[in-house]
Amino acid sequence: MSDLLSVRDLRIGATIFPPGEDPQDIDIVHGVSFDLQKGKVLGLIGESGAGKSTIGLAALAYGRGGVRITGGQVLLDGKDILSMNKKGIRSIRGARVCYVAQSAAASFNPAHKLGDQVIESSIEHGLMTREEARKRADYLFEILGLPDPHNFGDRYPHQVSGGQLQRAMTAMALCSNPELIVFDEPTTALDVTTQIDVLAAIKNAIEKTGTAALYITHDLAVVAQISDDIMVLRNGDTIEYGPVKQIIENPRQDYTKALVNVRQTKLAEARDQSDALLKVENISAAYGNGVQVLHDVSLHVPRGQTLAVVGESGSGKSTLARVITGLLPPFEGKVTFVDEELSAEQKKRSRDHLRRIQLIYQMADTAMNPRQTVGQIIGRPLQFYFGMRGAARKAKVIELLDEIEMGETFYDRYPAELSGGQKQRVAIARALAAKPELILCDEPTSALDPLVAEGILDLLMRLQKERQVSYLFITHDIAIVRAIADSVAVMLQGKLVDFGPRSEVLNPPFDDYTDLLLKSVPEMKLGWLENVLATRKMESAGH
Amino acid sequence: MANPLAGVYAARHRLKESHPLTVLIVERLGLSLLLLWAVSVLIFAGIEALPGDFAQTYLGQSATPQSIANIRADLGLDRPITTRYFEWLGGVVQGDFGNSWASGAPVTEQITKRLGNSLFLAFFAAAISVPLAVGLGMVAVHYRNRIPDRVINILSLAAISLPEFFIGYLLIVFFAVQLGVATFPSTVYDGMPWSERMAAIALPTATLVMVVLAHMMRMTRAAIISVMSSAYMETAELKGLGAFKAIVKHAAPNAIAPIVNVVALNLAYLVVGVVVVEVVFVYPGMGQYMVDAVTVRDMPVVQACGLIFAAVYILLNMVADLVAIIANPRLRHPR
Repeated sequence: MSDLLSVRDLRIGATIFPPGEDPQDIDIVHGVSFDLQKGKVLGLIGESGAGKSTIGLAALAYGRGGVRITGGQVLLDGKDILSMNKKGIRSIRGARVCYVAQSAAASFNPAHKLGDQVIESSIEHGLMTREEARKRADYLFEILGLPDPHNFGDRYPHQVSGGQLQRAMTAMALCSNPELIVFDEPTTALDVTTQIDVLAAIKNAIEKTGTAALYITHDLAVVAQISDDIMVLRNGDTIEYGPVKQIIENPRQDYTKALVNVRQTKLAEARDQSDALLKVENISAAYGNGVQVLHDVSLHVPRGQTLAVVGESGSGKSTLARVITGLLPPFEGKVTFVDEELSAEQKKRSRDHLRRIQLIYQMADTAMNPRQTVGQIIGRPLQFYFGMRGAARKAKVIELLDEIEMGETFYDRYPAELSGGQKQRVAIARALAAKPELILCDEPTSALDPLVAEGILDLLMRLQKERQVSYLFITHDIAIVRAIADSVAVMLQGKLVDFGPRSEVLNPPFDDYTDLLLKSVPEMKLGWLENVLATRKMESAGH
Repeated sequence: MANPLAGVYAARHRLKESHPLTVLIVERLGLSLLLLWAVSVLIFAGIEALPGDFAQTYLGQSATPQSIANIRADLGLDRPITTRYFEWLGGVVQGDFGNSWASGAPVTEQITKRLGNSLFLAFFAAAISVPLAVGLGMVAVHYRNRIPDRVINILSLAAISLPEFFIGYLLIVFFAVQLGVATFPSTVYDGMPWSERMAAIALPTATLVMVVLAHMMRMTRAAIISVMSSAYMETAELKGLGAFKAIVKHAAPNAIAPIVNVVALNLAYLVVGVVVVEVVFVYPGMGQYMVDAVTVRDMPVVQACGLIFAAVYILLNMVADLVAIIANPRLRHPR
């Protein structure tokens, strides 16, 4: 059988403009080759900077920003699309090869109706009349499981949810009956319970239409559900390439093994949780617009242990952290810290109370002053809380840098010179500098690649052991909860639906929502998606 | 116990959810009226605080305390300021700006004619500058960071950096004095033949165009560039759309709001900011009328001119806001 897409020794470069230096040409992808047959799915997996999106876009002969394809061939049905002229490339884009972006919300034009955008390429390329295209769009909306498929196209992008937009974008790609679709992290921005629906819809649509696909993601468990073959990429090189079964069950390279084994549990056994460091009692809170976000939430964080607060976007978990820090005074309930009631407003809290509760944010980038060096950033709390100056302060900062496994060489660096993982480590050191008893961690690893996130979690666990510090760890990732939490709080729409020791919350009998959440997390095994969907069908038939 | 204010907030929130456009338009209208009223207070108070006095200026050398007091009594200036303010405001809402102190003629009549002249000038300046600015902005984007873009940018910067009276005098020196192809002064009168009228306003129009062009052009360029770098433009390209089609269909609808905003701001400037240009070119518009009135302390005229300028400014800004709101599909089609 002949190959639909055949990529031969693909080389991609870009020009970067480092501040204060001359522009440099760098290589992003160094000679990648693969083949894809009609109707098959190839998963491209790797961390950020691996070059996976760049390779995906090369299948449309497109380079984002200053990216250029510098060598190799991209053969579509035996013809090299890289050597085609502009008109030739245009006739392929949107007709024979389509693209589904990570952020459908940004990729749809806010000024036009969804339906018009979905059928645009089919009409533009003269593949269908408007009526035919509309009919096909209706059909696609239906098989993608969108609500009210016949009227869905009349909506504007802002009128539908993120998961629906992602499915609409898939419909847009499928509409012109393309031979190949490039999916670029189509479910990464979604909540787990939404992700599973979109994943199922995409898989179903690929099977029904017989299109081939390149599926790009950083989540091996996701790609294992949908691909026939998997290519593991790192820094623009192929690490491993083979059938999905071999990659998941019998990885050959160390890097692939690390990806498969990511997030094994880091905890020994359950600990006694009666000694509460922080108690949150009957908290209800609303923002200025009058929308209530927390309804009667009560929980506690045991001393020297980790409480994971888990929930989807909009569940109120970050708001809970804002209430605990005093940034958002609740209109009801109280927060007790080591048997003292904390003032509801941050401004009224004593400096000692402020010191004992510290924060780590999701975006280490925006939580640091880009014009301060690492030494200044970590030294600030030392000066503020302990009056440390000069040599003593510097010595303490270096000690903290050693503790986060970075070392003295970073003392004079600026945040812009650090990687994502290093920035988050600096944020941890800054929190530690205040010698806190509780650190509120607001999704500190969700913007990081799996292996980097793993390193951060290891660090946090080691620090907890050495310093007896407690964590309130906000996350949407059940795998992290499994790996690090002593107790778990599950939130849904501002309400606490489940709270208790990890062994109770994550084992049957489940609360309904906890059950749904747990079952939606992709597992690193073949056929997981089918099993979940089959179970769901049986359950709904039984009801 | 729930948040006591939650109910009120929620009611307003619900209304905003169901009819966001109506609520916004009503809000804007209300705000504009409030603003206009505040401006009327400011103008009245500001003029009251000005040094100098109409009676003094009017009588000149022959002023005696008695004659000054007589004139002041005739004009009603001996009454308290609040009484005079509300009397004036009452007339204004009925379209009566009172009588000029200097000529005794009704201000409204005079101003109608003068405003017509100013609008006539502003109209031609706008008709030339708006399409030119938007067009040049698009050309600049098309040749972004290349020579045409640079030339357009430098020339427009130069034009915006020079004060308008200086541009005016430069144009007069070159075109009227040295080359002798243009008419100066630009005085127009009733019954003036159309061709002569057009020749008369050529130079002031050119000056105004140069003053407002750069701002609008640069804003158009920035708005289009910002839209061009958005993800949906990449989507359009990856659908195989040609560059021109992508700009017209996908970029233009999203660039309208910022462009309309800056255009409205500049249109307002065309009417309000002509004071200097009218004086330079001796053009009988609102601007010159106001300047003449200020020199003789003819307060009803100054007040009327100030209020009309403010109204034009507020009106055009409100229109710009409303267009921007209407161009936003989020507000046109609530969830």
